[in-house]
Amino acid sequence: MTCDLIVLGAGPAGANAALAASEAGLKVVLFDQQPEAGGQVWRAPSPGLAVPPSPEAESGGALRARLAASAVDRRFGRTVWSVGGRFRVDAVGPAGNETVEAPRLIAATGAHERVVPFPGWTLPGVIGLAAATVLLKSHRASPGRRVVVAGCGPLLAVVAAGILKEGGTVAAIADLSGPQDWLGALPALSTQPRLLARGAGWALKIGAARVPVLFRHGVRAAEGEEALARVRLAPVDAAGAFAAGAERVLEVDGLCVGHGLVPGAEVTRLFRVEQGFDRRRGGFVPRLDEDGRTSLHGLYACGDGAGLRGAMVAEAAGRLAGLAAAHDAGALDASAFQSAAATPRAALARAHAFSDAMADMMALRPAQVAAIPPDTVICRCEDVTRAEIEAAHGDGARDMNQLKHFTRCGMGPCQGRFCGDVAAELLAAKVGSREAVGTFTARPPLRPVALADLLGAFDYSDIPIPAPAPL
Amino acid sequence: MSAGTSGVGGDARPLVTILVDDVAVPARAGEMLTTALARNGLLRLRKSPRAGGARGAFCHMGVCQECALHVDGVLRQACLTPVREGLTVERRGVL
Ligand SMILES: Cc1cc2nc3c(=O)[nH]c(=O)nc-3n(C[C@H](O)[C@H](O)[C@H](O)COP(=O)(O)OP(=O)(O)OC[C@H]3O[C@@H](n4cnc5c(N)ncnc54)[C@H](O)[C@@H]3O)c2cc1C
Ligand code: FES
Repeated sequence: MTCDLIVLGAGPAGANAALAASEAGLKVVLFDQQPEAGGQVWRAPSPGLAVPPSPEAESGGALRARLAASAVDRRFGRTVWSVGGRFRVDAVGPAGNETVEAPRLIAATGAHERVVPFPGWTLPGVIGLAAATVLLKSHRASPGRRVVVAGCGPLLAVVAAGILKEGGTVAAIADLSGPQDWLGALPALSTQPRLLARGAGWALKIGAARVPVLFRHGVRAAEGEEALARVRLAPVDAAGAFAAGAERVLEVDGLCVGHGLVPGAEVTRLFRVEQGFDRRRGGFVPRLDEDGRTSLHGLYACGDGAGLRGAMVAEAAGRLAGLAAAHDAGALDASAFQSAAATPRAALARAHAFSDAMADMMALRPAQVAAIPPDTVICRCEDVTRAEIEAAHGDGARDMNQLKHFTRCGMGPCQGRFCGDVAAELLAAKVGSREAVGTFTARPPLRPVALADLLGAFDYSDIPIPAPAPL
Repeated sequence: MSAGTSGVGGDARPLVTILVDDVAVPARAGEMLTTALARNGLLRLRKSPRAGGARGAFCHMGVCQECALHVDGVLRQACLTPVREGLTVERRGVL
């Protein structure tokens, strides 16, 4: 089928883009892999599960209601595995593969977690901080009975408070940042008093439960046989490198750890639009104009996938991209566009200081990467260690694609999403810069899909066999 | 993750039984398979391809592929697969 605009991702960015374009009169198809809209931050609870009231549940509910009342063609539970042409999207869902084409495409695919590897991070029971928010929000499941929460950024408090709420024990919070980092961010955080108040609420909850908060501590190792049994925590310095001081060993069955997010920019990378490396925004991100247009005509990007800026910015940037697409399609004239764009533009300007402060807390710390022991697995899919990555450099690998060929790093089913950023940092330390080593080339399938899903009900006897050519 | 969820109020999802490596395991209809497995203490889902290390769900959002299992005979990401009565899950032999 064809439509005016395809939107990939139904988080705050994509859903608002779809709504804005649809309200302006475009025929919009919205895809998401999840069964419901909301994305990561406003994740829908599992059907039949009541969740306690929270601002996220409220915002998500409101967004889902607006979508349900709109003319947007919602295709949820569909994994988009191919994006090509200008523009053709293939998605696998309950009814097999479906193809939609449109002259315009908005990529709003969000972000995924960054975990800087340490020995044992591959053990069952070790999960991402963002992964923990999924369990807590969608399933009201605690990621363990007794859990260490480690890493950096605001998700530490979100996850620790969530575990307490579901009846779990938080053995410790290990924060790479120090109290002085949080104090330094305070002026920027106080530009969003409501969010600051929530942060204070989490801190109170954590304090009341007497959870030990270890500032400037990182995970030295996770240990266990078939699953996680204990976590070793050690002091770090301001740059994230391990420092002198006593190690703490905690017996736990869960470790939630995360070191910020990485933009899911593979759709824009697939189209080879102009991009640039921006550490604060999480890595390589597409270059955009102020309304979200990429360097390729008809392709737009917004939300965390276009550079990490958080949910508030995602909402406004999504709206703006949707309006821009409607304007470019001729559905909104210049003055209607300018007046509709004023509100999201003002929201973007307001959110700036807050999102920068949060992004700085979660940006990759090079000294932390430099401290990874040589035999630690970097690429989970292919079991490639730091030593093997550095050996590949010794053998002549100078960019990410060469590294992939030399070691299989990034070649597995996650396609480098979990190792790419850290592997690039390791190679860049040898080669000179992140710009020089670049990124893995994005290629379909964007997400692996089962061949059975693409083929549908199919049998060999269904293959038409042409008659042999006459001699 | 083996605990936590017990005693959650407001869970109207029916209890069903799934078969994991031929063993009956209780689960909530509609919850994701990774959550159901973890609730039953089944954290180890597979072995890594080269070193043979124990692996389990890691991202819970469909990105890492660590939770790929044979579900009703087809390779599926367990964190994107909702539970329903009679689902068969095969961990043995999954790489
Ligand atoms: C797991 C996770 C948890 C987070 N938790 C919080 C939190 O608790 N509080 C907070 O303030 N911020 C949180 N953040 C940050 C927050 O998610 C973002 O700031 C905000 O959600 C960005 O909105 P978005 O629309 O850009 O992306 P998202 O909300 O991530 O939405 C992107 C959507 O795209 C879909 N998608 C991506 N690729 C495909 C594909 N190939 N096929 C089909 N669908 C696809 C995804 O399913 C997702 O629904 C979290 C981030 C992550 C990654
Ligand atoms: S746990 Fe990562 S894909 Fe399922």
